[in-house]
Amino acid sequence: MDDLEQFKQTYFQECEELLGDLEAQLMALEDGDRDVDVLHAAFRAIHSIKGGAGAFGFDQLVSFAHTFETVLDLMREEKVELTDDNVSTSVRAGDILADLVNAAQSGDQLPADHGADVLQALSVIAGGEAGAPAAESGDEEDDGDLDDLDFTPVRIDLEDGAAPPADADAGDAAAPDGPEPELDDVGAPAVYRVTFRPRTEMLQRANEPLLLVRELKELGTLTATADISDLPPLPALQHDAAYLSWTFELVTTQDLMAIEDVFEFVTDDCDLSIEMVEDTSTPDADDAAASPAPAGADEAAEPAAPKQTTADAEAGETSDAAAKPAAGDGEAAKADAPKPADKTPEKKDKAKSQAAAPAVSAIRVDLDKVDRLVNMVGELVITQAMISQQSDQVLADRYPDLVRGLEQLFQHTRGLQDSVMAIRAQPVKSVFSRMPRLVRELSMQIGKKIRLEMSGENTEIDKTVIEQLNDPLTHMIRNACDHGIEDPEKRAAAGKPAEGTILLSAEQRGGRIVIQIVDDGQGVNRERVFAKAVEKGLIAADANLTDEEIDNLIFSPGFSTAETVSNISGRGVGMDVVRQNIQKLGGRVSVRSEPGKGSNIILTLPLTLAVLDGMIVRVGGESYVIPLTNVIESLSPQDGDISMVAGGGDVISIRGEYIELIYLNQVFSIDAVNGAQSNGLVVLVEVEGGGKVGLVVDEILGQQQVVIKSLEENFDPIPGIGGATILGDGNVALILDVTGVRSLQVQASAASAAEKTAAIQIEECVA
Amino acid sequence: MTMRILTVDDSQTMRDMLAMTLQGAGYDVLQAENGQEGLDVLKGAEVDLIITDLNMPVMDGFDFIEHVRSDSTHNATPILILTTESAGEKKERGRAAGATGWIVKPFEPEKLLGVIRKVSP
Repeated sequence: MDDLEQFKQTYFQECEELLGDLEAQLMALEDGDRDVDVLHAAFRAIHSIKGGAGAFGFDQLVSFAHTFETVLDLMREEKVELTDDNVSTSVRAGDILADLVNAAQSGDQLPADHGADVLQALSVIAGGEAGAPAAESGDEEDDGDLDDLDFTPVRIDLEDGAAPPADADAGDAAAPDGPEPELDDVGAPAVYRVTFRPRTEMLQRANEPLLLVRELKELGTLTATADISDLPPLPALQHDAAYLSWTFELVTTQDLMAIEDVFEFVTDDCDLSIEMVEDTSTPDADDAAASPAPAGADEAAEPAAPKQTTADAEAGETSDAAAKPAAGDGEAAKADAPKPADKTPEKKDKAKSQAAAPAVSAIRVDLDKVDRLVNMVGELVITQAMISQQSDQVLADRYPDLVRGLEQLFQHTRGLQDSVMAIRAQPVKSVFSRMPRLVRELSMQIGKKIRLEMSGENTEIDKTVIEQLNDPLTHMIRNACDHGIEDPEKRAAAGKPAEGTILLSAEQRGGRIVIQIVDDGQGVNRERVFAKAVEKGLIAADANLTDEEIDNLIFSPGFSTAETVSNISGRGVGMDVVRQNIQKLGGRVSVRSEPGKGSNIILTLPLTLAVLDGMIVRVGGESYVIPLTNVIESLSPQDGDISMVAGGGDVISIRGEYIELIYLNQVFSIDAVNGAQSNGLVVLVEVEGGGKVGLVVDEILGQQQVVIKSLEENFDPIPGIGGATILGDGNVALILDVTGVRSLQVQASAASAAEKTAAIQIEECVA
Repeated sequence: MTMRILTVDDSQTMRDMLAMTLQGAGYDVLQAENGQEGLDVLKGAEVDLIITDLNMPVMDGFDFIEHVRSDSTHNATPILILTTESAGEKKERGRAAGATGWIVKPFEPEKLLGVIRKVSP
């Protein structure tokens, strides 16, 4: 069994949530929120991290968390003031805590003094209360030896004594010191006299005198005498009040501490005295067990049992109670005792680092199961579409009920699909929450003042998308910090506040999620970008580009403008990788910028990767799906709308704007069924970066939601094709990636241009 | 009858570890994430013992214990508080709210079971 490993996984998942939470609370503090609830929440997060860390023996983590927690505790009790310094120390401590958790998860060893300065600062704030890390774990837990904590259920035998031998496994060094009674202690028996008078409060806290008597008996040979003189007449008896007291004589080899331990939970709720009366008396076990005293104890304890009716507990009815003296002697207890299971979970050595999946839900389901469900629902949608296609007017006239039923089926299928998709959806918070730390660290590293604001963290998006969003988002935030926001001096010169602001937001817009990164920095330096693009051969030196087109050149492969490659963002991968990653997720990325004012990077992502709303078009004998999110409008061009451009393809003039046309039959080499181009339809689509192109198709077959079947499992990436789907009629249709289609076209024209050039050169050679 | 124990803790790790230890020892285990959930569970189920964390969102352990104690169906159910603070203050507040005893986190399984036996019939 792999229980410990499993717990660790749960723990680290939980840590991720807790750290996110802590981060949010600390941010709130940093922003001046002084609500005590914020402190409570922060405290709770650290506390929970510490709790689990203790169980797994992450000592460094435990001791740091402990000191941190102490500080927050003092803050919420207003014993420590929330000065800016103290808050900023706490924020740094939050970062260190995250490091320690990560180290614990990956199994990496951090230097022992990692975060020592912060720890020191915390200790100072705590006024030395937290003390040295070594000292506090000792004073807090009985077991100093957390490393050897093991999950071996220990067989319990109530006959032999209260506590099972703690060191059942001889190799296990976990040696609980302190109050654990050691039964194998073979000292000389001593006689103790214990007087015990419970107070009513003790019973109200559900402490049961009978249980204490039993536990006491397990320490040795017990003789009990009950004092029932305080018992009132029946009508005056309150079932939950304490009236009895006892005097015990215990012959035991255990020491005083073991006896005190029996009364651990009740010391403050009773009058108790324990004294040694004889040191080396001979125990008279048989006599003691046979004596009626335990019976008396048993009976006398009964009024304390709250569910007991008063009649049963009537004083003086000792005969009844005497009939069951066995109850006082472990038999009954043994019968009640749950049987310890025999399984021995093994301790695993090392935590595998796992893709941490923050889950806020109450139920954890294997993702495979969810995906199977998603797939099944996908098939259902297809089947449903097939049936819908069969239902025509004739059918509707003949079987109106059937058709109505089908319509309902359609509604329900759609509802089912939405619900299933919602299972995979998670708030973007899990990714967003990592960004404040990034910004903080970066701004310290590069000496800029940057403040990160976030909104829409609760926007939900498919889990797969979330998981793959971290890298691109990190990169873009780095970029904004490094290239976007200026140095404080530069900002001052430009009349801006010294502190730069980056706004990270998420919102749902239609069927897509829009994530924006807005900074108030210097914006894209168009001249430099243009020059660089020319230098890299991405564009011709005389290219006539709009501002927007220039800005979006930063996403071109191999593009990097930072003149000195900094160690922050200039790491060889640039925004082109970001774009690739986003595209893989079916998303788009573009930038808008205003020189001197800042830039705005816009990411749009699909809500789910499993389905998309598409327009089904026919090209020759083939059907294609154009993602509806790309479609702007469709039109049927008149003669004269289309004109040829010298050196390029055709363009269509729409309301005074010339838009490039792409003939899908040419791009995909399909024999035209409908040859005449002017008879074709043009679907105007938007491509990445804000450009538009017109796709020429033969017919528009309709709009429907299609289930995306990935081609990547079986094929290499195919330019221009984003996936495939099965249509209602059972045919397979390819889903277009319009941006890809456009680059195909660009390549094709470049190729034909190259051919022409080559031809000219050949001609020249010949000449 | 198998003894049924309600564990209340906002940490999944802690709930899992408690459940494993307790179920391994033959107890029935019910779980709740915070005091409010704990009260909801108690509305629908009889339990023989409650183990609760103190620091929890929504409703903390102290409030939870007070609610349980003020309700006649479970006012006599033993309640153990689960706390990393072995220091007096938390215990004292827990006791004042009506807790029967305490378990210090991180717990060793046998200690946990020992404490349960100490307070349960």
